[in-house]
Amino acid sequence: MNASLVVFLKEVRENLRDKRTLINALVTGPLIGPLMFVMIVNVMISRQLNQAEAPLELPIIGASNAPNLVAALRQQGFDPQPPVADPIAAVRNRDAAAVLQIPAGFGASWDKGDPAQVEVYYDSSRRDTQPSVSRLKDMLERYSRLTGGMRLVARGLSPALAGPVIVDERDQSTPRSRAGALFSILPYFFVLTVFIGGMYLAIDLTAGERERQSLEPLFVNPVAPWRILLGKIGAICVFSVSSLLICATAFTVAGRFIPTEKLGMDLGLGPVFALKVLVLMLPLVLLIAALQTLVAAFSKSYREAQTYLGLLMLVPVLPTVLLSVMPVKTVAWMYAVPLLAQQVGITELLVGGSVTAAQVALCLLCGFAVAALTLAVTARVYGSERLAISA
Amino acid sequence: MIQIENLHKTFGAVRAVDGVSFVARDGEITGLLGPNGAGKTTTLRMLYTLMRPDAGRVLVDGIDSGVDPIAVRKRLGVLPDARGLYKRLTARENIDYFAHLQGVPAAEGARRREALIEVLEMGDFADRHAEGFSQGQRVKTAIARALIHDPKNVLLDEPTNGLDVMATRRMRQFMRDLRAEGRCVLFSSHIMQEVAQLCDRIVVIAKGRVVADESPEALREHTGESNLEEAFVKIIGSGEGLAA
Repeated sequence: MNASLVVFLKEVRENLRDKRTLINALVTGPLIGPLMFVMIVNVMISRQLNQAEAPLELPIIGASNAPNLVAALRQQGFDPQPPVADPIAAVRNRDAAAVLQIPAGFGASWDKGDPAQVEVYYDSSRRDTQPSVSRLKDMLERYSRLTGGMRLVARGLSPALAGPVIVDERDQSTPRSRAGALFSILPYFFVLTVFIGGMYLAIDLTAGERERQSLEPLFVNPVAPWRILLGKIGAICVFSVSSLLICATAFTVAGRFIPTEKLGMDLGLGPVFALKVLVLMLPLVLLIAALQTLVAAFSKSYREAQTYLGLLMLVPVLPTVLLSVMPVKTVAWMYAVPLLAQQVGITELLVGGSVTAAQVALCLLCGFAVAALTLAVTARVYGSERLAISA
Repeated sequence: MIQIENLHKTFGAVRAVDGVSFVARDGEITGLLGPNGAGKTTTLRMLYTLMRPDAGRVLVDGIDSGVDPIAVRKRLGVLPDARGLYKRLTARENIDYFAHLQGVPAAEGARRREALIEVLEMGDFADRHAEGFSQGQRVKTAIARALIHDPKNVLLDEPTNGLDVMATRRMRQFMRDLRAEGRCVLFSSHIMQEVAQLCDRIVVIAKGRVVADESPEALREHTGESNLEEAFVKIIGSGEGLAA
């Protein structure tokens, strides 16, 4: 039997007996992403829906100063709450999203035909209150425009005089693309899954084995180190691919529990999507396995390897964060960069765009080339005499 | 047969092995004796090709380890200083893993495995997971897996380290059996009684050099000491690091 196969079979068998590895590869790794995803998205969606449809409940000070204004606001879905003593404190202490204050002089200014002032207290650094604040401002704006128009009509003028320019908004987003913008974090979960799925194995098979002093006896066998390495990498890949399969399946199922249609969005999560994701992720599986083994080979102990790999786990976040902070047009070369290729590819699939065969080929070719290079470096480290020495 | 010629190995500024030469013959037990840190383990590691010597060479049955390390490893059965087992595998599975890596045919491997399990009296724990093995059980399993391919040359790095009295006695008998089978047995130790009892030939290493290479009798005559312990102290220059 081929030595790499011997190593591979032994590592798989041994680690199937290890609860921690199994839980990480088959439960924590693949399911944490979909679970977090469903939770985050559900919270986000229900909040947006609530804020758009529910009555706007805000404290109002001096409501009696402008009964007509308040009545008009009520008609637009405003539900006045009892006044607060100190509007500034109420906003700062997060007791209210915003406070509307109508000064005592409002009626007098109104009757004279002067601009009548109302005050809106809010905190623009609190992002969660933004929808409420802008709804209130819109309501006030609409009332102001309406009243202004009526005044013009009363003087025999056309209300159109006050609005020389009209903006007609034509949003070109589709239900899919709106969903994609919201779910740009999704590709990271796939990468994370591969990372977590193989991590314990990668640490255990090199740093762990050295720490338990079994690497030296292993290397005394008449087998070239790179053959041993191949067997171990193979075992890591089997576990991380299993993770990925479970994760992709879980996302397919999770797609049904996300009420995206309520937001007028459409997610392309389905078996075809899952399959395409798997193909795009394949080079990354090998690359991550080789990289994790390389880090584990350099670490002096299991603990050290764990620390380094924890830090390494943050690297795949970079393209996700970069692309969500600075959304750029997807260009051809991006498919040549591992991690970035998966990010743009999976996002493209998610928003219903198409990934061409050439792009997939580029992604696979470059991905596997980088993985092979990493593997070669790891093999060199495996061949060095310091690797096996335990103490 | 193992021939070691003028081995050198330096770690940074430390000359761990500084010109070691000796021969271990078939059908003999050769003891590598020296205080802790004398260079025994480093010498053995170069012998079983885990480390590359800076200078000098190792011949195992006439094969140069620098030229064909894989062929050399096939002819060696090694119990290294590190003797970790795979805890989630049973003793039998641990042995089988090495049999497969050595390329031993399945039937032959099973036959040898069962023979070793019997000789080493491993029957009552052979199917238990190695997790929680006693030191003696660990060493026995490590020896069984090291010898599964029936090697002509056997290297044991401090084989009785950590064993209790009974296990030590059995280990010594086992080494004599290996010699009786015509194998070349080379073991390192810092325990003088053990070396004196077992060895046909003693190679004393101190500070990375061979300071004596003789039979126990010759060693006693040579130093003029009837007591072997005194002989060692005289050769090495101090009693430091040696256990009685």
